[in-house]
Amino acid sequence: MNHWMVAPLLLPLAAGMVNLLLTGRGIGPQRLVSLACTVALLAVSVVLLGSADSGALSVYRLGNWAAPFGIVLVLDRLSGMLLATTGVLALLALLYALNGDDRRGHNFHVLFPLQLLGINGAFLTGDLFNLFVFFEILLIASYCLALHGGGAARVRASLHYVVLNLIGSAFFLLAVGTLYGLTGTLNMADLAVKVAASGPDQTALLRVCALLLLVVFGLKAALLPLHLWLPALYGSATAPVAALFAILSKVGIYALLRTSTLIFNGSGPAAGMIASVLPVLALLTLVAGSLGVFGAQRLRALIAFLVVVSAGTLLAGIGQANVKGIGAALYYLPHTTWVTAGLFLLADLIARQRGDQDDTLTRGPAVAQPTWLGSLFFLGAVAAAGLPPLSGFIGKLLLLQSVAPRDGLWLWSEVLLSGLLALVALSRAGSRLFWGSQSQRPGQGAVHWGRLGPAALLLALSVALTVGAAPVSRYAEDAAGQLLRPAHYIAAVLAAEEAP
Amino acid sequence: MLLLFVVLLPLFGSLLPVLAMNLAGRKASALAAAAVTAIALLAAVQPLLSVFGGKAMAMRRSWLPQAGLDLALRMDGLSALFVLLILGIGLLVILYAHYYLSQEDSPGRFYSIFLVFMGAMLGVVLSDHLLQLLVFWELTSLSSFLLIGFRHQHAEARQGAGLALAVTGTGGLALLAGFLLLGHIAGTYRISVLLLAGEVIRAHSLYVPTLLLILLGAFTKSAQFPFHFWLPQAMAAPTPVSAYLHSATMVKAGVFLLARLFPVLSGTDLWFFTVGGVGLVTLLFGAYCALFQHDLKGLLAYSTISHLGLIVLLFGIDTPLAAVAGVFHIINHATFKASLFMAAGIIDHETGTRDMRLINGLWQYMPRTAALAMVAAAAMAGVPLLNGFLSKEMFFAETLHLSALGPVRGLLPLAATLAGVFAVAYSARFIHDVFFNGQPRRLPKFPPHEPPRFMQLPVVILVGQCLLVGVFPAFTVAPFLALAAGDMLGGPLPGYDLAVWHGFNIPFGMSLVALSGGLALYGGRRRLFAVHERLLPQIDAHTLFGKGVERLVHGAKALTSATENGSLQHYTALLLLAAVLAALLPLLTGTTPLTGPAPLSPVDGLTLMGALLMMAAAILVVVWHRRRFTVLIALSVVGLMAVLAFVRFSAPDLALTQLAVEVVTILLLLLALFFLPQEDRPESRTPRRGRDLLLALGMGASTGLLTWGVLTRPFTTLSGYYMANSLPGGGGANVVNVILVDFRGFDTLGEITVLAIAAIGIYALLDNLCLEAGTVEGLPRRWADDRHILVLSLITRLLLPLALLVAIHLFLRGHNAPGGGFIAGLVTAVALILQSMASGIAWTRQQWRMRYHPLIAWGVLIATGTGMGSWLFGRPFLTSAFGHFYLPLAGEFELATALLFDLGVSLTVVGVVMLILATLGNLSRRCAEARRDR
Amino acid sequence: MEALAALTVAVLVACGVYLLLRARTFSVVVGLSLLSYAVNLFLFFSGRLLGGAPPLAGAATATADPLPQALVLTAIVIGFGMTAFVLILALRARGELGNDHVDGKGEKR
Repeated sequence: MNHWMVAPLLLPLAAGMVNLLLTGRGIGPQRLVSLACTVALLAVSVVLLGSADSGALSVYRLGNWAAPFGIVLVLDRLSGMLLATTGVLALLALLYALNGDDRRGHNFHVLFPLQLLGINGAFLTGDLFNLFVFFEILLIASYCLALHGGGAARVRASLHYVVLNLIGSAFFLLAVGTLYGLTGTLNMADLAVKVAASGPDQTALLRVCALLLLVVFGLKAALLPLHLWLPALYGSATAPVAALFAILSKVGIYALLRTSTLIFNGSGPAAGMIASVLPVLALLTLVAGSLGVFGAQRLRALIAFLVVVSAGTLLAGIGQANVKGIGAALYYLPHTTWVTAGLFLLADLIARQRGDQDDTLTRGPAVAQPTWLGSLFFLGAVAAAGLPPLSGFIGKLLLLQSVAPRDGLWLWSEVLLSGLLALVALSRAGSRLFWGSQSQRPGQGAVHWGRLGPAALLLALSVALTVGAAPVSRYAEDAAGQLLRPAHYIAAVLAAEEAP
Repeated sequence: MLLLFVVLLPLFGSLLPVLAMNLAGRKASALAAAAVTAIALLAAVQPLLSVFGGKAMAMRRSWLPQAGLDLALRMDGLSALFVLLILGIGLLVILYAHYYLSQEDSPGRFYSIFLVFMGAMLGVVLSDHLLQLLVFWELTSLSSFLLIGFRHQHAEARQGAGLALAVTGTGGLALLAGFLLLGHIAGTYRISVLLLAGEVIRAHSLYVPTLLLILLGAFTKSAQFPFHFWLPQAMAAPTPVSAYLHSATMVKAGVFLLARLFPVLSGTDLWFFTVGGVGLVTLLFGAYCALFQHDLKGLLAYSTISHLGLIVLLFGIDTPLAAVAGVFHIINHATFKASLFMAAGIIDHETGTRDMRLINGLWQYMPRTAALAMVAAAAMAGVPLLNGFLSKEMFFAETLHLSALGPVRGLLPLAATLAGVFAVAYSARFIHDVFFNGQPRRLPKFPPHEPPRFMQLPVVILVGQCLLVGVFPAFTVAPFLALAAGDMLGGPLPGYDLAVWHGFNIPFGMSLVALSGGLALYGGRRRLFAVHERLLPQIDAHTLFGKGVERLVHGAKALTSATENGSLQHYTALLLLAAVLAALLPLLTGTTPLTGPAPLSPVDGLTLMGALLMMAAAILVVVWHRRRFTVLIALSVVGLMAVLAFVRFSAPDLALTQLAVEVVTILLLLLALFFLPQEDRPESRTPRRGRDLLLALGMGASTGLLTWGVLTRPFTTLSGYYMANSLPGGGGANVVNVILVDFRGFDTLGEITVLAIAAIGIYALLDNLCLEAGTVEGLPRRWADDRHILVLSLITRLLLPLALLVAIHLFLRGHNAPGGGFIAGLVTAVALILQSMASGIAWTRQQWRMRYHPLIAWGVLIATGTGMGSWLFGRPFLTSAFGHFYLPLAGEFELATALLFDLGVSLTVVGVVMLILATLGNLSRRCAEARRDR
Repeated sequence: MEALAALTVAVLVACGVYLLLRARTFSVVVGLSLLSYAVNLFLFFSGRLLGGAPPLAGAATATADPLPQALVLTAIVIGFGMTAFVLILALRARGELGNDHVDGKGEKR
């Protein structure tokens, strides 16, 4: 059994607690710890990605209790890729925060690693109730991080976010309780077996569970009509936090994908439920997000709605419930996560350099680094709007190809239309931010190389995803194939043999 | 490989001009750009030769098999022709731009974007793969956006750029869909392959949408009616851009696409009527509008639209000969229109204006420019002995024998002649208004001079071509034309001869009519202008577009803020509605009965009373929810009943935990209530309350049904395993506790982490928060001041050690009997809190000084460390170990790693609870101090 | 007994949900705690209703299902942390927004 699997959880937990001990001793040591932890996390997750790519699932029995009795961690291609995506994002967001944003509130270096603990745990755990626990960890950490920096806007947005998610957690427990009350187990693989074997008189109740979970995860994934909390929260959060939150909504998407392909997989009685409503809701989410992007008056709000758009796009792919569709979504996921995160950082830079105009989409003072910020914005806009040649285009291309033209009328028109809206909105935004602006007032708009670096890297990853499109999308399709063969997963988890 | 080099060189070479600009200034950057273009041209020579040798050149690399994306380039006659146009005219424009651009235009940036555009354009014409062609296609849109908006200080430049991007971007997306369909039908994206599959594609049921989508892309790019309006706005671009993009390259991409896919898509009625119809309308519309422009470049823009319409119409006519004429006109239009734009740029440059009402009589100031411009304009008008004339003649000839139109076939020649008339008229205007027609009026720059020789050189070369082709077509253009047209048709060439003189035939007659009619029309222009002004009020495309976009934006904003309106109640209602639907839909539509087969257990009076009391309390909570102090009592009753329920159904651990949590929670609520206002009047109106009531009932009903459905079903659980393995495997008899610290210890670790985060979050929230106390009925005005109750404090002082003892007891026995880390921790905390409440501020201040963060951290670290310990024995994280030890007097007792884990748990719990309560309890005092300090 | 349990849960949920939809933070917090009581009970009941048989190893007769009890215990503690947090957040909101409306609307108080 490979102990590396538990490192993505223990590293941030330890780092967070050590930083908690270090509070009051100046921020220097804490920064060091966070940085070391995040670098190590990235390294570990790359290693895990490599081992997952072999196609073999690795299972880690916590407390050395066999599933379904103990809690197991499961590493398959999907979780490996999500860990890596998070690792890269976390490191760059942290590097950005080290330029001073981490001083704008209490305990940033305690909360940041613990946030990662929650996210990684959700990706790795193979137990439904344990998934709930990790959701709570990542939620409570995100509540605190969303408040980082203080101010009325953040407090209001966070209050809404907190209350909604507390209700969501209650629903999660309802679903877990029902599932346990029907099947008597909590391990997801075991649940898959029991659900598939369940008699017809349980079908209705199992469907309730499926839909309740759809509501719970849809709330986190910003699925219409549960996306309304997102723009205010992401639009008001401190830049590195907003960047990190780009992966947060993806956790909900991951959970949806996992449960719909494993517990309620194709053969089960409740199989149809999620698949029947998801595509429609996904397209509606896409429309709502695009409208938001189009009508946004501030750059941060625009990017926040881009997150909604990406959620819609991803779920539209997942809703296909076939290798092509899920594969397209999984290729699109790291792209959209990194690019939106990079745009959040870039928006912060722009706002800083525009002085009192902040990030309003009106003509105003010029930024201090027009060439750099301008070209980065152009890059990010092209990537986010899904224009060639960058990864956004490839992702959409794969998505469009995943459905036959005759059945794909809605998907095609929505995806293309949202691309057009994003294109127009982003070009308007760019022309207002960078073109025809008055000359700099003296002493305004300092230059931030330390902040520019991480933002530029995140956006440049889109280029990397374009160059490496073939291997990445190959991996994504393999991951999708693995998800659609749940028997493999179940066998690996419920394998009887004890650890040495 | 050479082909790839030709395409990539400009794309990557685009960095050079900027570098050169920064290192060595304007000349250097112009040279760099020119050098890149020239090298690309040289590299293209060898492929060109092989194409002329009759052998198309191709290369192919696989890029993204999953999406069927390849890197495939192919040069045949058609693309060879365009490569020559793009690179040749590009070189001339670079030379021209060097003299046109001023220092503050930052030429480096200009040349860079220019080269990117050039590379993209080469990519479009050389692509042998639909999707790859689309990639370059969109790249041309993007780079042209930057080029048109190059002088972004001017509003019209920004708007023009945005307009162009919006229109061509739309077309690009349509094109993507069309290409995907085409690839789906043909089973391949390789152009050279699917060119052979024309029959299949035209027969396919998806042919119609495919064709329309692709045409949408081509028409937007080539500014065909009704998508033409972006082109005149794009004239805000620097003139070199117009000379390049809007004569030879960008707008020609659309017609190139039509030519490229001609063998596949043409040959149907739909093609004939759509392409031909749109082309005809554009031809006439553009020609008409061109005449009435006062802006020099505006005239050229509309004439470009008209000529593009002519080419499209020729392709639409759908005979091989017409296609040849179309290709021929592509060449001719590129040459004379590029030179005209350059001339217009020179005039603009020298006079400082482009308004033909001001510019007059430039003949005596710049005769050479005038001569060149006049020849080019004549070519545009289709005057004999110039290239424009030849293609016009072929066009006229084609319009004559066209059977497809049936009875109305006579109309097409008429329309063609009419268009010719207008073309002559606006060409005449260009010549006469600018170079003659009296003296110039109030020119911004006066007097104008001839430009530098080298600025004129490109114009000379291009006009020279117009003449050469016009006089000796057979020796100049014929081979190119044959090659390009041949590869476009993908079949045998029709017989045609490029003679200047075909004798007195109908086409020549039409030309004569056009010439004389055009001159006449121009003669009567004054009256015509008046009529035009009166009849058609000028509709300004970009203001229309701007208004449209603004309206859309406002619509989107309104729609968004209608849903995302910042009201939590609205969001909550939606979430609850979703949950109700999720629960009720399956239950109500389910085919099987909700009630399961399992036997029901009888109700006893005590339980019944407890349940009723609980429900009553819950309802009272709602009824009293505005009397906040009272509500807490009702709430604690509910909690107490929950405790009893846990006792009743054999869960002692839960009962203990719930009890302790209850105490702390109520305490918290009391403390918080002290700082919250007393809400008295109802907040929401009756309909709103009705909605809420419905949602509440719905949610209650669904959970109730869910409970009923679950409880009435037979149940098999894996708990047997826990019962069996608790003692041998976990070393504890209290299975619940063993599950918590061993079987599912990971949950517990996560849960204390949650507690820890919550505590530090709360600490941060309360930091430098100042709230004046809200008045709360039933609470003393100032809570916990120094008048502390002696008796209570005395009692609690005595109680404290006792409580701690109890806690330790609970902790130690927790593994085997009800108790455990949580409960122990909570009991300790409660005891400490009681103490602090009773002992007033002095004591609490000490509590405040004490720092709980380390306690929390150590708690979690101990628990984690215990888990890691198992690694030493090669076991996975959190594997427990235990043994029985013997101590004299104490007797045999058990020591389990789980105990250590549990210790961490209780430390965390104590730290968390104390931190929260101490921080909150000191809120008022710290505020007072803060005020004093201020 | 089962019917009674279902009814109790239903009533608690209904009351909690109604309070969740009120406009003042305090009511929402109270609603949340009612909801969490209900959910904990539900989770507890999912192990079925069995009196007088605490799950101690080596018990002769069939005992109550220990697993849901462990889950509920975890849920209770997490719920406590969350309730405390949202309560204090409500205080902070009043401090920042000047009143205790969930959207910070309404008159200053």
